Amino acid sequence: MSSEQDHLKDTDTEARFEFKKEQNAAVKSDKGLTEEIIRMISEDKDEPDWMLERRLRALKQYQNMPMPTDWPGQPDLTQLDVEEIVPYIRPDVDQREGVDDWTDLPDEIKDTFDKLGIPEAEKNALSGVGAQYESEVVYQNMQEQWEEKGVIFCNMDKAVQEHPELVKEHFMTTCVPPSDNKFAALHGAVWSGGSFVYVPEDVTVEMPVQAYFRMNSEGMGQFEHTLIIAEEGSEVHYIEGCSAPKYGTHNLHSGGVEVFVGEDAHVQYSTVQNWSKNTFNLNTKRAICEENGTMEWVSGSMGSKATMLYPCTILKGRGATDTHITIAFAGEGQDIDTGAKVYHNAPDTSSTIESKSISKDGGRTNYRGLVHIADGAENSSTAVECDALMFDNESTSDTMPYMEIEESKVDVAHEATVGKIGDEDIFYLQSRGLDDDDAKKMIVAGFIEPITEELPIEYAVELNRLIELEMEGSLG
Amino acid sequence: MARLELSNLHAEVADGDEKILEGVDLEVESGEIHALMGPNGSGKSTTAKVIAGHPAYEVTEGEVLLHIEDDEFGEDIEIDEDQRTWNLLDLEPNERAALGIFLGFQYPAEIEGVTMTNFLRTALNAKIEEREELFEEEDGDSDEDEAEDEGFESSPMEGPADEGEIGVAEFQEILQEKMEQLEMDERFAQRYLNAGFSGGEKKQNEVLQAAILEPSIAVLDEIDSGLDIDRLQDVSTGINALPDEQGTGILQITHYQRILDYVEPDHVHVMLDGEIAKSGDASLAEELEDKGYDWVREEVYGTA
Ligand SMILES: Nc1ncnc2c1ncn2[C@@H]1O[C@H](COP(=O)(O)OP(=O)(O)OP(=O)(O)O)[C@@H](O)[C@H]1O
Ligand SMILES: [Mg+2]
Repeated sequence: MSSEQDHLKDTDTEARFEFKKEQNAAVKSDKGLTEEIIRMISEDKDEPDWMLERRLRALKQYQNMPMPTDWPGQPDLTQLDVEEIVPYIRPDVDQREGVDDWTDLPDEIKDTFDKLGIPEAEKNALSGVGAQYESEVVYQNMQEQWEEKGVIFCNMDKAVQEHPELVKEHFMTTCVPPSDNKFAALHGAVWSGGSFVYVPEDVTVEMPVQAYFRMNSEGMGQFEHTLIIAEEGSEVHYIEGCSAPKYGTHNLHSGGVEVFVGEDAHVQYSTVQNWSKNTFNLNTKRAICEENGTMEWVSGSMGSKATMLYPCTILKGRGATDTHITIAFAGEGQDIDTGAKVYHNAPDTSSTIESKSISKDGGRTNYRGLVHIADGAENSSTAVECDALMFDNESTSDTMPYMEIEESKVDVAHEATVGKIGDEDIFYLQSRGLDDDDAKKMIVAGFIEPITEELPIEYAVELNRLIELEMEGSLG
Repeated sequence: MARLELSNLHAEVADGDEKILEGVDLEVESGEIHALMGPNGSGKSTTAKVIAGHPAYEVTEGEVLLHIEDDEFGEDIEIDEDQRTWNLLDLEPNERAALGIFLGFQYPAEIEGVTMTNFLRTALNAKIEEREELFEEEDGDSDEDEAEDEGFESSPMEGPADEGEIGVAEFQEILQEKMEQLEMDERFAQRYLNAGFSGGEKKQNEVLQAAILEPSIAVLDEIDSGLDIDRLQDVSTGINALPDEQGTGILQITHYQRILDYVEPDHVHVMLDGEIAKSGDASLAEELEDKGYDWVREEVYGTA
């Protein structure tokens, strides 16, 4: 543990997050979104016809849907021009499916991952790392014992080729159909890369499955798709992290995540996202939870210009459980609009939503949540808590916790706090020897502790580092 | 040896013009125990907070000086002739802490999500580091930039094992020992700082922090309020250990004789309307217990 932490400590934080590499791409598609582009993407990937058809259908839906502009207080998307974004780019590596061994990676890419601390996580045998560089998964590794148990963890593109039945049944069908929203439709048309995770019945994957996404090319969108299928009685923790360097034009990230939680299964999905400050981060993430299944979402949103992200759980089976832990950090010029959606569609279901947000230097955070308890979902319970911490009077924070309760035999709890960082708290810590900056950092670290405590140590360190970086220059 | 000297201290609320302190004179030396008493609202807590550097108060007149001798911080830190007197009013609260000022709060803050262990080790290391900076040689110290880059404790529990002067393992020993002395349940080490602590537990925790940070001068603001009889004894033992073991000078703010039976003061001061109206020995506190404050007021204003 300590050697890895040494590394994290010694690495200059600026260097770790604020760097970009020369672009060295083999195929770079034309700007703009046309049927041509979609066909090119699909052909380049050697996709079966059914996938091409799905893409084209999604494109039509995308073209027919208006931009969402009528949500109360939603982030401004007028600067987002999807047509200007080159939707697909692949890094110049020999094997299209990626490489299995770290040493086979091009030096430039290795260097990038080095700065992100990826090999550290790897060295610590946190199990498989699937990392996405540009739109391709170039590095995948999986421990042998998983394979023996029948666990599949691979690039989504590869899954289309090698596990067509599973993908056909679950890919953007019942969970996140392209018709769901404009960006889901866009995603369905241009998706590329991402992870596929399949855990067979009664198998527990003890170590977290991890993927690290990164966007590194001007004007490029990132549309990775993650599909997790956890069969009856299985258990898995999936972690995804993102960090993108800064560029001049507006980038779009529009990922899709679908999670199928079987009967008695347990899935945890954790993200730490740090998209660059010009990225529009518009994702659709959803889980369907069968009887007595448990879904846990843990999300940290640090970066991006604007984020709209509301991971959703459909509690479909009796006794299913959902937990959401969300943390958002908005600095100057950032609008982080995050939250949670839970549909209680069966009796005895329960959900817990905990949201923490921090805003400073005029940044804005918003908690936007929906809890729907359907008629007949009796003995269901929900508890929503959202806390916002503001650094100054210029920053803002809103909460929009919508509740739609159709059933009367339910237990609903809601709590919200919005406050400025406490002067007395800062003074207390200062009087013990911490300087003003460190006192504030400690208070913020404590404020988000519920999320860091859920993460493996490397990611907790990473998250705190990111926040520390965000706070730099804003203090004093 | 250290000596805290307040002279003619005037202070008011920073964003108003309400005068609170109107010429406080007081001296506390290493190893001495002083009790500061006085009616509600007379300015005792304000005095304590001004000593520690609370930004809510503005000092309009007078001085707060700290005199230290060359051996105050052990052999490792050399204190030059011209670094023996510090004008605390020019310093940040954390710099004052580094120089050995400790304030035990009447109402300690609750910090969610920060464990006692993480907090106290961070504070101890910050204090050591700040002290090195305050006393470092003029011609610069190459370690400084490195120290600046280290950042804060990033792990959810204790922080990285190797960060700072005092490592996790070493600190845990220190903490355990001090908690035993105070008869504190060791589980408090992993609890969040004061969060959900009972009133008495918070006070006990203030004394624990003093024991760990080893201040030169500790100002303890109503540390006895809210303590049950047994805990009052534990806490008193902890307070007595400060001058006995570390040579700390104590300024104890209290309303009651009870704690003074355990922590016997060398000097007792009575504050009235923002001034020290009367000083005496331990018997003065007993007299106050019997007769209240009116007679002091009459004596002072009657003869004025
Ligand atoms: N930040 C502030 N703003 C306004 N008034 C203040 C502030 N701090 C202190 N005061 C006022 O100054 C006076 C002295 O307060 P202080 O807390 O020092 O009293 P005290 O002697 O500690 O009283 P107690 O025994 O009740 O604790 C009081 O009248 C109080 O209301
Ligand atoms: Mg007081």
